[in-house]
Amino acid sequence: MSEKRAPGPGVIDAADPANSHKQANREPSAQEKDWEENVLNPTLAKSPERQAEFTTTSSYPIRRLYTPADLTDWNAETDLGFPGQPPYTRGIHATMYRGRPWTMRQFAGFGTAEDTNQRFRYLLSQGQTGLSTAFDLPTLMGYDSDHPLSEGEVGKCGVAISSLADMEVLFDQIPLADVTTSMTINSPAAVIWAMYLAVAEKQRADWKKLSGTIQNDILKEYIAQKEYIYPPAPSMRLVIDTFEFGMKHTPKFNTISISGYHIREAGSTAIQELAFTLRDGIEYVDWGVRRGMDVDAFVPQLSFFFNAHNDFFEEIAKYRAARRIWCKAMKERFGAKNPRTWALRFHTQTAGCSLTAQQPYNNVVRTAIQALAAVMGGTQSLHTNSLDEAWALPTEFAATVALRTQQIIANETGVTNTVDPLGGSYFVETLTNEVERGAWDYIERIDALGGMVAAIERSYPQREIAEASYKYQVAVDKKEKIIVGVNDYVSGEKPLEILQIDESVAQRQAVRLKKLRADRSTAEVERRLAALRKAAEGTENMMPYIYDAVKAYATVGEVCDTLREVFGAFEEVAIT
Amino acid sequence: MPDRKIRVLIAKPGLDGHDRGAKIIARALRDAGMEVIYTGLRQTPEMIASSAIQEDVDVIGLSVLSGAHNTLCPQLMGLLRDKGMNDVMVLLGGIIPEADIPALKKVGIAEIFLPGTSTQDIVSYIREHLQPRA
Repeated sequence: MSEKRAPGPGVIDAADPANSHKQANREPSAQEKDWEENVLNPTLAKSPERQAEFTTTSSYPIRRLYTPADLTDWNAETDLGFPGQPPYTRGIHATMYRGRPWTMRQFAGFGTAEDTNQRFRYLLSQGQTGLSTAFDLPTLMGYDSDHPLSEGEVGKCGVAISSLADMEVLFDQIPLADVTTSMTINSPAAVIWAMYLAVAEKQRADWKKLSGTIQNDILKEYIAQKEYIYPPAPSMRLVIDTFEFGMKHTPKFNTISISGYHIREAGSTAIQELAFTLRDGIEYVDWGVRRGMDVDAFVPQLSFFFNAHNDFFEEIAKYRAARRIWCKAMKERFGAKNPRTWALRFHTQTAGCSLTAQQPYNNVVRTAIQALAAVMGGTQSLHTNSLDEAWALPTEFAATVALRTQQIIANETGVTNTVDPLGGSYFVETLTNEVERGAWDYIERIDALGGMVAAIERSYPQREIAEASYKYQVAVDKKEKIIVGVNDYVSGEKPLEILQIDESVAQRQAVRLKKLRADRSTAEVERRLAALRKAAEGTENMMPYIYDAVKAYATVGEVCDTLREVFGAFEEVAIT
Repeated sequence: MPDRKIRVLIAKPGLDGHDRGAKIIARALRDAGMEVIYTGLRQTPEMIASSAIQEDVDVIGLSVLSGAHNTLCPQLMGLLRDKGMNDVMVLLGGIIPEADIPALKKVGIAEIFLPGTSTQDIVSYIREHLQPRA
C-alpha cells in the first residue's frame, strides 16, 4: 500500500463539488474528465445531489465514484494477494466457505443452567454449529447469585453460574469433545474456563483436543464494556496466565476473543473499532512476549470478535483491512514466522445497538444485511441478533428466525460460491486501504502514548468513543441520519411478546448455593483458596490454583473475592 | 435574581456497565444549560439517594439496561421518600418492557424513556414538567 495518505474525513472541495478526483487527492483520467464535463455536470445542473456529503454510519465520507485512478498505488499482488496467504486480504483459507461454512454460533443464556441448557440443545437441534454462552451480570462481575449486589440481576442478562455444579447442569447432554463453546466472560474468565475444563474432564473429553473460546479480553472492559473487577496490571497478568496455561494444556482452545464488538456498541466509528481492537491485540502479544512466551506458540490461539453494523461496504472493508493489518503487525513488530500467527481469525456479531424498539420486525432485515456483510467480509463464526433485541433477551421464536437468517445466506444467496466476491472492486479496495490507513493512524497514536494500558489510564480510547457516540446521536436527533421507524417512517406500535425472567431464578440459586456450601468440604475449599491467594500474592501462574479451587466447588464469588483481596477493585474515571 | 440552573443527577444503578446512553444524556442536558452530575457505574440505591441529597438535585435520571429495574427503582424511591426527597423528579431510561411501566410509575417514576428517544424530548420533558422549588 502506498505511503500517500488518504484524505481525512470531510475533505470535500466545496468550491468544486463535481470534481470527485479532487475529493480523493488523485489524478482523473482523460476519460473521467470528459465524463465530468459532458455527463456529470449537466446532470448536476439539472438535478443536484440529495446531500452535500454522503457518509457511512461512522460519518466517513464516500465519494460519488471509484475508478482505477483510486488504485494507482495499489498492487494486486502485494495488497490483495490470494486467500490463505499473506496478507490474507481475501480471507484466511484458500477455499473459505466452499470448504466449510462459517460456524453458526448463537449467543444464548438466561435464567438457570437448566433453562440455558434447554435453549442450547434447542438451537443445536435447529442447525446451529457451535455454542455461545451469555452469563448474567452477577456472574460477569464475580458475584454469587445470593450476594447482596446480585439482587434483581440473577439470570436476567444471561445464565446464572455460581459454581461447577451449575456448569455441570449447563452442559448436561452436551459432549464437549464434539461441540465447540464460546463463553462471553471477562474478569472471571479464568474461573469459568476452569469450570468448563473440569466438566470436560468429568466427561473424559481430551483437553488436548478441546476447542472453544473464552472472551477473556480485559482491555476492552476498561475501554467499553466496563465489566472489570481488578486494576489493569493484575488483570493483564491473569490473562497472560490463561495464555500460558492454554498453550501448554489446551492447544486447540482460543484463549481470548479480542473484541471490537463492544467498542462499536459503545458508539465508536468503524475505524476506531478496528484500531482499538488490533492495538489491544498487539498489547496482549507484547505482554505475552515479555512473559517469555514464543509469539508463534501462543498467538495462534488468540482470536478476534468484530461487530457487523449497518453500513454494508464499510464493514466489509473493515474486515479485510483487519486481516492485512494483523498480518503486517505480527510479521514486522514481532518477527512471527508461523502462518497461524499471521492469520487473523474472527467471530462476528450483528450490531445490537442498531436494532430498534420501534417496529421490531424491521430488525430482521437489519440483521440479515449486517450478517451478509460479515459473510462477504470472511468471518469464521457468526451470531445474528434477534428482532426483540431492544426489548428483552430472545424468545425461542426470535432466536430461530435469527438462526434461519444465517442458513438462508449460506444456502440460498450464492455469496458462498466464490471467495472474497468483492475483491477487485474499485470502491471496496479503496475503502479497505482508507480504513486501514485510519486504523494505523490510531495505532501509531496509541504507541506514542506508551501502549494501550497507558492510553486507557489516560482515558484516550474512552474519550474518542464518547465523542463519536455523541456526534452520532446529535446527527440522529437532527435527522441527518435516518433510523427507519424511529425518526422517520414512524407508525403505530403493536405489543410484542417477550421473554420474561422472574425472581424465581434467584430463589432457586439461593437454595442451590446453600446446599452446595453444606455438601462440600469447607476445609478443602478454604485450603485451596488460601493456596490461590498465596499464588496471587507471588508470581506463579494462577490457573492451576483456580482449577483446584473450582473442583472443590469453591464458588465464582469466593474465587473472585480471594483475588479482590489481593489485587483490589478498580474504579474508572467517568468520562462524559 | 438569575434563574437557578436545573440540577440533574445521572445514575447507573446496579451491576450494569452499559453507559453509552447515560453519558450522552448527561452531555445533552449539559449542552441544554443544566448542571449535570454523573455518578459513574455500579451505584446502589443508597449511593444514588445520598448523592441526590448531597448534590441537591432537581432531577434524577436512571439508566438501567439489565432488567433489574423492578428491584432497583422501588428501592430507590423508598429511600428518597424516607429521606424526605419527595419533590425530586425521577426519570428512567433503558431496556424496560412496556408491561413494567405502570408499576414503575406507581412507585413514583415520573416518566420512562425507551430506546429511540431523542435527547430533545428528554430536555423538553424536564423543562415542561419540573415544578419550581418551594
